[in-house]
Amino acid sequence: MIYDVAVIGAGIIGALTARELARYKLNAVLIEKCNDVAMGTTKANSAIVHAGFDAAPGSNKAIFNVKGAELMPSVTAELGVPYSNNGSLVVAFSEDEMPELENLLKRGIENGVKELRILSAEELFELEPNISKQAVAALHAPTAGIVCPYEFAIAATENAVSNGIEFMRNCEVQAVEKAEDCSVLKTTQGDIKARVVVNAAGVFADDIARMFGDDGISIIARKGEYYLFDKAKGHVVFHTVFQCPTPMGKGVLVTPTVDGNLLIGPTALDIEDKNDTSTTYPGLMDVLNKAHKSVPEIINTRDVITAFSGLRAHSKTHDFIIGFSEKAPSLYNLAGIESPGLSAAPAIAVHAAEEIVKKLGISDLNESFNPVRERPIRFRYLDDEEMAELIKKDPRYGHIICRCETITEGEIVEAIHAPAGARDIDGVKRRTRAGMGRCQGGFCSSKVLEILSRELNIPYEEVTKAGGESRILFGRTK
Amino acid sequence: MAAALKARELGVEKIIILERSETLGGILEQCIHTGFGLHYFKEELSGPEYAGRFIEQIRQSDIDVKTNTMVIDIDSDKVVTAVGPDEGLLKIQAKAIILAMGCRERPRGALSIPGHRPAGVMTAGTAQKYVNIDGYMPGRKIVILGSGDIGLIMARRMTLEGAEVKMVCELMPYSGGLARNIVQCLDDYGIPLKLSCTVVDIHGRERVEGVTIAKVDENLRPIKGTEEYVECDTLLLSVGLIPENELSKSAGIELNCITGGPDVDEMRETSQRGVFACGNVLQVHDLVDYVTLEAQIAAEGAAEYIKSGGTDEKKYAYAVHQEGVRYIVPQKINIASEKDVDLYFRVCRIYKNSKLIVKIDGETVISKKKPKLAPGEMETIKLKKDMLSKLKEDSIVEISVEESL
Amino acid sequence: MKKQMICISCPIGCMLDVEYEGKELISVTGYSCPRGKTYAETEISNPQRVITSTVKLEGGKHPVVSVKSNAPIDKALIFDCMKEINKVTVKAPVKIGDVVLPNVLGTGVDIVATSEDSGNE
Repeated sequence: MIYDVAVIGAGIIGALTARELARYKLNAVLIEKCNDVAMGTTKANSAIVHAGFDAAPGSNKAIFNVKGAELMPSVTAELGVPYSNNGSLVVAFSEDEMPELENLLKRGIENGVKELRILSAEELFELEPNISKQAVAALHAPTAGIVCPYEFAIAATENAVSNGIEFMRNCEVQAVEKAEDCSVLKTTQGDIKARVVVNAAGVFADDIARMFGDDGISIIARKGEYYLFDKAKGHVVFHTVFQCPTPMGKGVLVTPTVDGNLLIGPTALDIEDKNDTSTTYPGLMDVLNKAHKSVPEIINTRDVITAFSGLRAHSKTHDFIIGFSEKAPSLYNLAGIESPGLSAAPAIAVHAAEEIVKKLGISDLNESFNPVRERPIRFRYLDDEEMAELIKKDPRYGHIICRCETITEGEIVEAIHAPAGARDIDGVKRRTRAGMGRCQGGFCSSKVLEILSRELNIPYEEVTKAGGESRILFGRTK
Repeated sequence: MAAALKARELGVEKIIILERSETLGGILEQCIHTGFGLHYFKEELSGPEYAGRFIEQIRQSDIDVKTNTMVIDIDSDKVVTAVGPDEGLLKIQAKAIILAMGCRERPRGALSIPGHRPAGVMTAGTAQKYVNIDGYMPGRKIVILGSGDIGLIMARRMTLEGAEVKMVCELMPYSGGLARNIVQCLDDYGIPLKLSCTVVDIHGRERVEGVTIAKVDENLRPIKGTEEYVECDTLLLSVGLIPENELSKSAGIELNCITGGPDVDEMRETSQRGVFACGNVLQVHDLVDYVTLEAQIAAEGAAEYIKSGGTDEKKYAYAVHQEGVRYIVPQKINIASEKDVDLYFRVCRIYKNSKLIVKIDGETVISKKKPKLAPGEMETIKLKKDMLSKLKEDSIVEISVEESL
Repeated sequence: MKKQMICISCPIGCMLDVEYEGKELISVTGYSCPRGKTYAETEISNPQRVITSTVKLEGGKHPVVSVKSNAPIDKALIFDCMKEINKVTVKAPVKIGDVVLPNVLGTGVDIVATSEDSGNE
């Protein structure tokens, strides 16, 4: 079988593009080299929707960011993904930084960002009482927001699969051969033939392009380290608080997450190894010290629940690379999608799908396409009556597995059996938040393991943390 | 269970135990080593045996038990909301509530150990459950960070099951566990205990392949140049326990920033009248025997509260930790208390040949020689009735450690 | 010969100063109860430990059930004893105190269950 489209990479870009393709009458497959979706850049980033004042006017970054941010409320609503329009603030901590603030305001207006305004220190403290009293002014962008990137990608993939897109995991593209009317992807799951291939491979997009003979892309992995704090710190700030970019660097942000935690970071360090998502002592110290400058209350790691790092796919061209490759006409590149990639993703996906179907000469719509993906049950948000009713219907919703986040067995089973569902402990965690709380899975990981083993009908020792060789157990004691 | 049984004994009629696990006994069920009950039963029992004694008594009583039932909310009017697969959603209006939710282990994130995040990094308690309850090996070559008792116990346990425990690293210059556990869990098996040492990097993308350890200076910062790579497939963490007080918070109870548990009086009554706390949810204990005693005190408090309707106005004296003492439980003492009051506390560091001093409003009432004091071992000191009679409202009871020269 | 040892009879962990000759105890100080003295004696002559582990369980709620030696055994026999324990399989139901392996290695000590498992209903 020859697919009309094969999308390489089930990050937020690949997942949303696959979903947009599902609107048309075509055969498409979304392939992912890991055991789950959202395992690369999408898994670990700032989880924010930028208003769009940062990028140079006329750049892909600027165009797609502003459009993407506009689409964000409706797309997330369709996909049942929590999105909060909390607004952002760029804070100036000295008069020297004021020209930069003015500059951002000017650029934002040029990019078409609405409602931008510079606030006085008094106005700022009214909005955010915990901001450092060193602050002199701030650029307020009410259209900015926060969204959970992996939940977004999971939802988009689920919706794509529900609408007929195939999903293949643990499917790594190792080589590409050219056939008469299609490309043959040589993968760890066998050959996959497709007329158009979408390159949404994140930090590996240049490697994929090279397999197609396109050596015009060069991606640098830029590491960003973060600290995530307990919900006890979730209300330290309400807005996403940026620091004013200075010649010394971009500073770090302090932001609430949609799930009610507090996130600080990232660092920015170009690294050689595109798989290196380790955190480092100096990196984390740097994040903490810089965040302290914005919010003096952040002084130690007492309420930290985890530290993580992610890799941005930085293109040497400094802009998103979007479009058919000049050297390989059947290859559609979506490369170098670093910040504000998450914000831009909905707009990039729409644009990419339109260009691809045009090239394929497909104009028929998939009449059964349903854009809505119901949000899975979130037991903790139900009221007493709803809880009682649900447990009566399915007692598994009365069995709380993760105590910190109040996640039930019912929710975990649902996550496993969802389209492109969870196959490992981290997959369950990202879909349900089981293990995401303050004990970090200390109590529930063994129960999640048991449920995965039962539902997937695999032995305990084959349950992994995140696919591959990441097994938790080594076999029986006796 | 101890609190419920005591309350029943004191005439409280309608008692219900709400337990989130499938079985009674809590964490004792997975603590299959012996060492429990030397004080209370004058016998050396394993965890399940110790719990078993109480389970048996509960079975023979008319105390209501709901297992597999998790309390998700306690409001300030003492309405308890719980859910369970069999029970659905339960709402219980209580006259008195005794909190006995225990504690959880401090996870990796709280230490912010840099490095990768592969499989094979877990708390010692999680590993204990895998081995003792589920019958699975969570590792073959093991490094343990933290010398808390669970870490020491697991060093022996994993060794007996055929794993190679390479070392136990402890950040502090002394162990956080009991001396007897160092002897019988480490020394017996030749497992090195590395003091003033920590894990500074975790290697391996999928499963742990090794860790880098390093010595730390007096400020507990890793010392450059002392790094050492240790090959292993598992890193177990035994780096502290945190009382689990999310429910207490929802009930509006004031927590103590040092113990992590509620501030209580000598009957273990929290800042919410009629809500009591005992065991590891109140303060992390070393010995289950003390937990049992504390539960019984809380039960007495609850029984009294139900009888009196909680209308009595309590006037408090306050326990204040001074030089060398990290915290004291209870934090306040009803000056009308007619019974001896035991004060439980921990010291800040190791002391040899020192003196414990207790003062009431500046006057020394107890001065006791102590050959050895260690943070890993909870201390207790009794305030006798004659001392309590000195207490006035807002009196200060101070405990300090005096180093002899 | 002199050495210091920590008594493991109870959680207090008394530091004992022990003087001995070969397997003969000459003097011991530092204990705060008679068990300390006894501990020093056996520790010098023939150190012993209670051993705790699990055995395989068939038809139980869990695949293993916890056990202990109902008396201390020679420290030198611990790993041999573990080998014997690992050979045992018991069938549910199991009660606390059930002997799962009598007279392990001819020591006269029994391995007994320390938790109950009423079996899969």
